[in-house]
Amino acid sequence: MSAQLQFRNVTFGYDRHPAVHHLAGEVARGALLAVVGPNGAGKSTLFRGIVGLLKPLSGTIERGGLGVRDIAFLPQSADIDRSFPLSVFDFVSMGLWRDAGAFGGIRGRRRQRVQQALAAVGLTGFERRAIGTLSGGQMQRMLFARLMLQDAQMIVLDEPFNAVDAKTSADLLHLVQHWHAEGRTVLAALHDMDLVRNHFPQTLLLARGAVAWGDTAQVLTPDNLIAARQMCEAFDDEAAACAAEVASARAA
Amino acid sequence: MIHDLLIAPFTEFEFMRRALAGVVALSLAGAPIGVFLMLRRMSLVGDAMAHAILPGAAVGFLLSGLNLFAMTFGGLIAGFAVAILSGVVARNTELKEDAALATFYLASLALGVTIVSMRGTNIDLLHVLFGNILALDDQTLLVIAFNATITLLAMAVIYRPLVVECVDPVFLRTVSRAGAPTHLIFMALVVINLVNGFHALGTLLAVGLMILPAGIARFWSRDITGMIAVAVVSAALSGYVGLVLSYHAGVPSGPAIILVAAGFYVVSVLFGSVGGLLRQWFPGHHLEA
Repeated sequence: MSAQLQFRNVTFGYDRHPAVHHLAGEVARGALLAVVGPNGAGKSTLFRGIVGLLKPLSGTIERGGLGVRDIAFLPQSADIDRSFPLSVFDFVSMGLWRDAGAFGGIRGRRRQRVQQALAAVGLTGFERRAIGTLSGGQMQRMLFARLMLQDAQMIVLDEPFNAVDAKTSADLLHLVQHWHAEGRTVLAALHDMDLVRNHFPQTLLLARGAVAWGDTAQVLTPDNLIAARQMCEAFDDEAAACAAEVASARAA
Repeated sequence: MIHDLLIAPFTEFEFMRRALAGVVALSLAGAPIGVFLMLRRMSLVGDAMAHAILPGAAVGFLLSGLNLFAMTFGGLIAGFAVAILSGVVARNTELKEDAALATFYLASLALGVTIVSMRGTNIDLLHVLFGNILALDDQTLLVIAFNATITLLAMAVIYRPLVVECVDPVFLRTVSRAGAPTHLIFMALVVINLVNGFHALGTLLAVGLMILPAGIARFWSRDITGMIAVAVVSAALSGYVGLVLSYHAGVPSGPAIILVAAGFYVVSVLFGSVGGLLRQWFPGHHLEA
């Protein structure tokens, strides 16, 4: 099976400090991959790099022929201005951007697709509600409806089940499994290890670099989890230039 | 009696009809811009930009006298320069846009005052500061209408990316490259409408017909389209009532228009159906579901 994502010694970070250091490996097309690790491990940074919001400090990333705009991304919802006066229907219809663009009307078939996406996440009847009036779980359902409409080959989910109740989690997980069954590549940053063990065949354990990567059962061992917990979160202001990068720059 | 009070000023005097046409054109274009400024938490950015425009218009006045095009051009150059420079600094450095804008508009203001004082001319800036809506000639009215038309067309083009950028900028960046150009076009429209407004209301009050109606609209609609409609109507109504008031009471028209808008704002804060104080104090019985 060909690779959907290839990391070639890639480093992502901020202000020259690496948040994800020298990551190498590949994600197969159609994979269902959990990305786990403690807070500050670099999960969100890695995802921002995958969807093109952050440029690598060094190394490269290949997306298996996909452009960054062909990837659907669910960020942590803090980035959304919930006070903006927009209805749930209008918000979800943003997912049709690739189809409708900046000018296409949301009528007929497109309107029907929005209704279907809302029904799939259990938000029928919420069409005219302002987004600011939704609960945390309803908000997450709405974001999943928008993701569905993006109809992307690769879907990247940053902590998709955070602060949602068990039923919403189960419903949204069912959608993730449905996308996987359709052959889409799905990456999800998660904290619930039981959920990962039970539903995600592949796992990347991250702690500012890959601690382990492969079949979930082999990755989520006590030793690996302890190693990940020992990660140093803070940037070192006095750090020297990365020796590996200096050496590879000299060789080039 | 009612005809004398509300309609006669416009049927009898051409300058009143021109003023009304001008204020309606300003409302149609400026109020939607004001709604987005408010929703992007940039209400005071409009005010800062108005200050940035002043020196440009003053330099235009200095070079060519009370020439419509020189002053408009000067204002546009100064406004665009400040908007673009502060945008470039904000997007490429740690400085946030409001701090960058504060720096550049103050520099622009200081530069304008310096240029004027170096020429040693005691120019009459009252026209630029407070405008004169009762003295709109054909040319000025055409410029206002032209700018309003450009604004509405440009808003139609950037409307969807602008809304998406306001609500979820990260989403827009992942699906389109439209974010930066949209922001730039929007800031250009802010400048164009402030320059448009200064002919009628002066640089200091031009922003009033953009921001006050937006504030009013927030109390009457939960939906962006409804808010824009309320803002346009309340801006035009403020213009009409302000003109009638200034005609009968003999007060200056520009400030009268803004004061009427401020009156509508107070009424909206008290009685608005969306979050108005009265609604909060007396919410009525709760519903079944």
